[in-house]
Amino acid sequence: MNKLQLEQTANEVRKGIITAVFNAKSGHPGGSLSAADIFTYLYFAELNIDPDNPRKVDRDRFVLSKGHNSPGYYAALANRGFFPVEDLKTFRHTGSYLQGHPDMKGTPGVDMSSGSLGQGISAAVGMAISAQLDKASFRVYTLLGDGEIQEGQVWEASMLAGHKKLDNLVVIVDNNNLQIDGAITEVNSPYPIDKKFEAFNFHVININGNDFDEIDAAFKKAKEVKGKPTAIIAKTVKGKGVSFMENKAAWHGTAPNEAQYQEAMAELEKAGGLLCQK
Amino acid sequence: MSEVKKIATRESYGKALAQLGEKYDDIMVLDADLAAATKTSVFKNVYPERFVNCGIAECNMVGVAAGLATTGKVPFVSTFAMFAAGRAFEQVRNSVGYPKLNVKIGATHAGISVGEDGASHQCNEDIALMRIIPGMVVISPADDIEAKAAVQAAYDHVGPVYMRFGRLPVPVINDRPDYKFELGKGVVLREGKDVTIVSTGLPVANCLEVAERLAKDGVAAKVINMHTIKPLDQELVIAAARETGKVVTVEEHSVIGGLGSAVCDVLAEHFPTKVLKIGINDVFGESGPAVELVKKYGLDTDSLYEKIKGFLFEI
Repeated sequence: MNKLQLEQTANEVRKGIITAVFNAKSGHPGGSLSAADIFTYLYFAELNIDPDNPRKVDRDRFVLSKGHNSPGYYAALANRGFFPVEDLKTFRHTGSYLQGHPDMKGTPGVDMSSGSLGQGISAAVGMAISAQLDKASFRVYTLLGDGEIQEGQVWEASMLAGHKKLDNLVVIVDNNNLQIDGAITEVNSPYPIDKKFEAFNFHVININGNDFDEIDAAFKKAKEVKGKPTAIIAKTVKGKGVSFMENKAAWHGTAPNEAQYQEAMAELEKAGGLLCQK
Repeated sequence: MSEVKKIATRESYGKALAQLGEKYDDIMVLDADLAAATKTSVFKNVYPERFVNCGIAECNMVGVAAGLATTGKVPFVSTFAMFAAGRAFEQVRNSVGYPKLNVKIGATHAGISVGEDGASHQCNEDIALMRIIPGMVVISPADDIEAKAAVQAAYDHVGPVYMRFGRLPVPVINDRPDYKFELGKGVVLREGKDVTIVSTGLPVANCLEVAERLAKDGVAAKVINMHTIKPLDQELVIAAARETGKVVTVEEHSVIGGLGSAVCDVLAEHFPTKVLKIGINDVFGESGPAVELVKKYGLDTDSLYEKIKGFLFEI
């Protein structure tokens, strides 16, 4: 998939996010939108996966440690063919297989249940240790929020990942700078994020996480790194792609009303149209 | 009484792991810097490549085990009960219980018989914490033979299992040729029609001695060893209550939320019976030699005999 195709797909993923959250009347659009380009790259350019065989043994694993960004995750999985895009409208509804936070028991393509912050990265480390022990080819990816890394368990997991030299593990931090209560720098600053992961013996790559050239280069580089896990610190814009949601903590966990939904979808339709003309 | 053989169930756990390691390639053992105490070192010495020391980071260790389980490994996670069920409770609930992953938790140093380390390390709440998690199997073996059998049963069962082991050597009471461990099935160690004593773990041996003494007083006590607390052998509990009319529960755990509560849950619903719950009475423990603490907190044979006799005559 080339850059233009990735951008077009990411736009579809963003539409899926807005659709899911609007129909649920709840959910987390802000971080889903900031990470939409990363979700898209992972599921359309990076991961060795098969939507027809979601449990194939040698698949690459992905753990959404920031589990509340399930709308972005589900929109990527749906667009990749793991389940119908139409089902995004059932997100968070009673009886739906698209739970508020990822549930591996019910959702095709989900490798680990997550949502309680700080826990997903530990599971990812376990998967990577398993592959290392068996000399299996699969790689493990996990996406964390920059607020999430305030959880101590993240650093317990990172210490073990560095210690075990898990070069089959890629940790991505969606650094959109906002958490529920405001700017991460005001709540409890985790900066410098890159230096922290370096101190835990990671190879660290800083990128603009809303730029596919930089995303592509970072994941390619991560594959070359030997003897260390990689941390990609992805600077992103919370709410990216929906102008009235951008850089606003209030859109962390709020659903749009009817008028806001229409406005957001119109903006994304327009963006999609412009990409078609490229 | 002749000298009985005493073995701490944590020792049995370590040996059983090493035996299972030989039989099954998919077994992995994780510890949090307590391998010498939990006895997972026995496994580590034979299969170092399948042993992961996570360092003093129990919450991460549980999550790592969950991740291993998603790839088909059968991880046995070990630390003290305080940290496995206590500190890492939410990781056990959300990363293991909710996704129903095939993780086995081998928790040692349960109860007040931890001894000198004192209240901070004496976990009298783990059965309550673990049995409330949907789908979690909770096993509390009474001796060496049962502990080893429990480890095999935990491996055979697909899904999360919590096993509770002790630090204090306890008498071997199950060394008979027909011994068989069946998950979820209580064992009647002694028949009796006047009262039922249901126990689990360390005090089971003492309950047998109490029954012996009660017999001399003309009281026939049925003794049930409830090695599996969840799923509880409801039929056995109801039948015993029906037969004897009076029930006593004995555990090295808080009287809140453990075996006693589990038995009362069943009886309240199916066969209301007066129950005497003996255990740690909603207090923290303290430092001291384990045997002295067992006595101070009323789980030795003398204390149990007095309490149960009082209960019988009060009715």
